[in-house]
Amino acid sequence: MDQLLGFVKKEFTHIFRDPRTMVILFGIPIIQLMLFGYVITTEIKDARIAILDHSNDNVTREIKNKILSSGYFRLEANLIQENEIDPIFKKGDVKEVIVFEKGFAESLEREGKANIQVIADASDPNTAQMLFNYTNGIIQDYTKKKFAGFTIPVQIKSEVRMLYNENMVGAFMYVPGTMALILMLISAMMTSITIAREKEMGTMEILLVSPLKATHIILGKVAPYLLLSLIDAFVVVFLGNVVFGVPIRGSLFVLAFLVILYITMALSLGILISTVANSQQVALFISGFALMLPTILLSGFIFPIENMPVALQVLSNFMPPRWFIDALKQVMLKGNGFAYIWPNVLILSAMTLFFLGLSVKKFRLRLE
Amino acid sequence: MIKVSNLEKSYGEVKALKGISLEVEKGELFGLIGPDGAGKTTLMRILVTLLLPDSGSATMDGLNVVDDFRKIRKMVGYMPGRFSLYPDLTVEENLQFFATVFGGTIAANYHLIKDIYIQIEPFKNRPAGKLSGGMKQKLALSCALIHAPKVLILDEPTTGVDAVSRKEFWEMLNKLRHQGITILVSTPYMDEANLCDRVALIQNGTILSIDSPKNITKSFAKKLFGVKVETTAQRFECVGLLKELDGIDSVFSFGESIHITSNQKDINEVNVKEYLNNKGHQGILVEKIEASIEDVFMELMQNEAN
Repeated sequence: MDQLLGFVKKEFTHIFRDPRTMVILFGIPIIQLMLFGYVITTEIKDARIAILDHSNDNVTREIKNKILSSGYFRLEANLIQENEIDPIFKKGDVKEVIVFEKGFAESLEREGKANIQVIADASDPNTAQMLFNYTNGIIQDYTKKKFAGFTIPVQIKSEVRMLYNENMVGAFMYVPGTMALILMLISAMMTSITIAREKEMGTMEILLVSPLKATHIILGKVAPYLLLSLIDAFVVVFLGNVVFGVPIRGSLFVLAFLVILYITMALSLGILISTVANSQQVALFISGFALMLPTILLSGFIFPIENMPVALQVLSNFMPPRWFIDALKQVMLKGNGFAYIWPNVLILSAMTLFFLGLSVKKFRLRLE
Repeated sequence: MIKVSNLEKSYGEVKALKGISLEVEKGELFGLIGPDGAGKTTLMRILVTLLLPDSGSATMDGLNVVDDFRKIRKMVGYMPGRFSLYPDLTVEENLQFFATVFGGTIAANYHLIKDIYIQIEPFKNRPAGKLSGGMKQKLALSCALIHAPKVLILDEPTTGVDAVSRKEFWEMLNKLRHQGITILVSTPYMDEANLCDRVALIQNGTILSIDSPKNITKSFAKKLFGVKVETTAQRFECVGLLKELDGIDSVFSFGESIHITSNQKDINEVNVKEYLNNKGHQGILVEKIEASIEDVFMELMQNEAN
């Protein structure tokens, strides 16, 4: 036990003395979260829109004025026919088209309701969602003020169609995604590099020729990073909540359990990499290519899995972050507990055991 | 204490050890002398359980290096050829770490390392990476000793170390031997062989000779002459000329002088000098000398090659 503690202490000293490690551990998570966060919540300003007004009466003019004077939108074109919508989207400048139905004011007066269709270019789903939210907000605001005194509530119903991406990805996806990425980076990459460094510097030779057992070396390497990764996970959740308002609807216990499970999985993956990599560069290369890219691309972090080609969808099943991000979203956004995320927990546990078993088997007690 | 018999080891096609046998007594300071690539490191790595031999066997204190590797790792102190401490940890932290790894404390075995450690103690808060070569080796030796090993295995501990530090290092090894620690040390420097109790001359994975340095030099059967010349250019020419002289077995440049060996009765100081004078070289000094380990090594190597 003393040996293990001594080893852990040494690891912490390495970490705290190396400015680069410190930056990776504490700088990158915050920077990444802020980057992803602000990329998504960037204010809409002067977004180009087109309007197709079949009615062109006093109400639609009022609504149009309100929308265009908000500062969020700039009118690019006034359309006359439906068939102009598609080409104008294809040109790419216009991000949203607002369509007023025929006889808008009349319909509003007689039936108490009228329809506006908002069509957004969701090839960039986040912008599309935001444009719609802004537009909707302005229309709702108009309705509220205009018909404030009415006893029978008058409604203008806006019907939204998201082109190119019918299933919108949730706006809060980046916090779980960033978490998956950061924890993978720190746990897997850092452990694999630090073990490879011992090999590269020849210190592994001395460690092997000592009473230290493989478990001592592995646990000693893993423990500090488990702790630091947990701190990072906490920072990400905290910042996500305070700065970006990402809710934590599920139980903190379930959340913590899930995060620890994922970190353990990433750490075992890191050890596995280090059993193959004999230099820091190789370790970095493997963890960079084999872990980072799939984490970003195939986990549903940025690109929705449902929209991928079938082959990639199948492949994404083997990506641990996929299951983590999914479970994390369920816990944080929907407030789900183990009753819902148990398949994810099971899969992640199985993956962890597999990686651990393989690394213990591959960990060499000698130089060959 | 160390018993090696018929040890063989190959890396792919390359045979690093071709059936090596040797025995090291308890409390002996035993030297493995040989050039780079002779197989010294491979032999040491097999002994410290880092490599598995292809065939043959090796034991330390009766423990087999393959089967009892865990027990051996507790009783052996190992210093690899490359500086293998943590450069970002301070002198004291390194020592502390290795003491802990072996389940001990610095205080418990301080008496063993005191003489050595006292020299680097003024720098105990300096990162190990910022020490000079000699001090690094002293720290590495301290770290290898801190768990009071029965056997100390040092792979080229003085390579790349200045002359003064080398001398000090060997003095320390001498002291350790008197404390009953068996020491196996390798070196490419022939002059260090004389500081060992016994040495094994090793070349191309085979042992050429095992004996005390004195007996090894005594075993040199031929006549040996040292030829001193005035300039480097002259030395090169004389080496060429001497090789052409009948009755000369071998000619080697030895630093500033040339060593020649012969079995012939009619070769002596006088006629060698005359020969060179006749070829137009003046200021030549030829004297009969005692063989050094290096002379023996060269001789054995030449025999091996033939």
